[in-house]
Amino acid sequence: MSQPSLRSSAALGAHLWLVYAFLYVPILVLILLSFNKSGLPTSWSGFSFKWYAALANNKAVLSAALNTLIVALSSTFIACVLGTLLALGVELRRKGENKGHVADTLLMAPMIIPDIVLAIALLSFFNLVKMGLGLHSIVISHAVFNIAFVCAVVRTRLKHFDYSILEASIDLGASWFTTLRRVLLPAIFPGVLAGGLLAFTLSVDEFIIAFFNSGSGQASTTLPMQIYAMIRFGVTPEINALATLVMLVSITALLASQRLNKAPTHHE
Amino acid sequence: MSSLHADRKLSAWLLTPGLGWLALFLVLPCLLVLVYSFVERGAYGGIEWTFTLENYQRAFDPLYLGILLKSAKIAALATLFAVLIGYPAAYAIARAPRHRQPVYLFLVMLPFWSNYLIRTYAWIVLLNREGLLNKLAATLGYSGDPISLLYTESSVVLGLVYNYIPFVILAIYSSLSRINGELWEASRDLGASGWMTFRRVILPLSVPGIAAGSVFVFVLSIGNFITADLLGGKQVQMVGNLIYAQFLTARDWPFGSALSFILIAIMLLLLFVQALLARRAAEGKA
Repeated sequence: MSQPSLRSSAALGAHLWLVYAFLYVPILVLILLSFNKSGLPTSWSGFSFKWYAALANNKAVLSAALNTLIVALSSTFIACVLGTLLALGVELRRKGENKGHVADTLLMAPMIIPDIVLAIALLSFFNLVKMGLGLHSIVISHAVFNIAFVCAVVRTRLKHFDYSILEASIDLGASWFTTLRRVLLPAIFPGVLAGGLLAFTLSVDEFIIAFFNSGSGQASTTLPMQIYAMIRFGVTPEINALATLVMLVSITALLASQRLNKAPTHHE
Repeated sequence: MSSLHADRKLSAWLLTPGLGWLALFLVLPCLLVLVYSFVERGAYGGIEWTFTLENYQRAFDPLYLGILLKSAKIAALATLFAVLIGYPAAYAIARAPRHRQPVYLFLVMLPFWSNYLIRTYAWIVLLNREGLLNKLAATLGYSGDPISLLYTESSVVLGLVYNYIPFVILAIYSSLSRINGELWEASRDLGASGWMTFRRVILPLSVPGIAAGSVFVFVLSIGNFITADLLGGKQVQMVGNLIYAQFLTARDWPFGSALSFILIAIMLLLLFVQALLARRAAEGKA
């Protein structure tokens, strides 16, 4: 393949590294500061875990973390079940044909609607049906976009699926249910898990929709809401430590998700 | 082979719970917002079930129109910078050895998966009066008062570019990577210079990627609430902040609903234009 001239390709390479610096320097600074003894952003006064220790004693942060875990696990569970069924439904119907489906539009919507619009729409709805707000309303709301994401990941997995295996199973006398459970599910399970991990990180990080639909009070404060409050009302150095931990969780989940999703290509 | 009918029945069963959830908690709430946008506000923040177009008229009051236009301007600037910075980066990745490309792309997307609030907060640390950039300026010999780089339109644009540039790079990369390598050589062999090849062959073929990336950044930026709130402070109000205020402080839900629908309308329009561009590009290839 012919390459662009040496000079312009060097410039392109340099540009790419500058973009990486732009993306990573702010995050790295934050991580570094979380270990700064003085807690000040401007002077380094020695390495210390004291802000992490402070976090461990911060009741508000701990209860918010627990709430986030409850919300993320519940909404991910709902999304894994409903999202996988949806993906199967859409792909079984299309099977081979490259035809659009009404569900396609419906599944795109939660990914592109501005968060704030979805947030107020759900708030209006819960208010109209007189449903009290709390962790349960956040779970319902998060499941809306999580279903779409799980479904998208599972569908990608199904694209490479050989449907003749299903027909073989049926022809050999297995019922549809057995075929789904014993043939299809094992094949798509890594996809479901990958989608689930993605959904989990999305839920852990989601702020606006949770903020509008949590009701008032500490009882249903999630971690991003707690972080927002810490940023808005007095920045304490603890937030750097908290930010570092939250990033660690999301990135671990993401890496696991990527790994799971990649696995089959090695064999095929 | 199993009958098509059985497939359809099974598929309907599989679709029902998920689509039901989305119908109940996505479609209905959005329809409700549409309805609210056409009714009057009640005396104490409630809803008065009388039809009115006033909420939409109010959105075009100079005060609110100004905020809408400013949001559009900020979103447009963020889009412009994201494309200008993102295009060469996507191009560099697309021209890198094939086995390295996934790693490069992954490094672009990784920050995107960390918390949005945290990524925005990182810029507060860098930009504020006691922040690192001021410190750096002082070390380099700047002796004036520290400058607050926060709470300006520029800091909001910066925050948006920072948060959404991964999308642009990904979108442009995916259209660039589809361009056949032989096309480059053909253009070269026919005597075109590197620049000519780029301008007449590569750039036009990457238009769908640019369009997709741009629409994404613009749509996400114009409806953004957090960036303007944290990096713009009280000085920079965007539509998102206005909607927020209508629902949580002013308690004028009908007006907030109308603003939301204006956002959705802008979004749909742009997605439509982008779909048209993508289709034109696809037809051009065929």
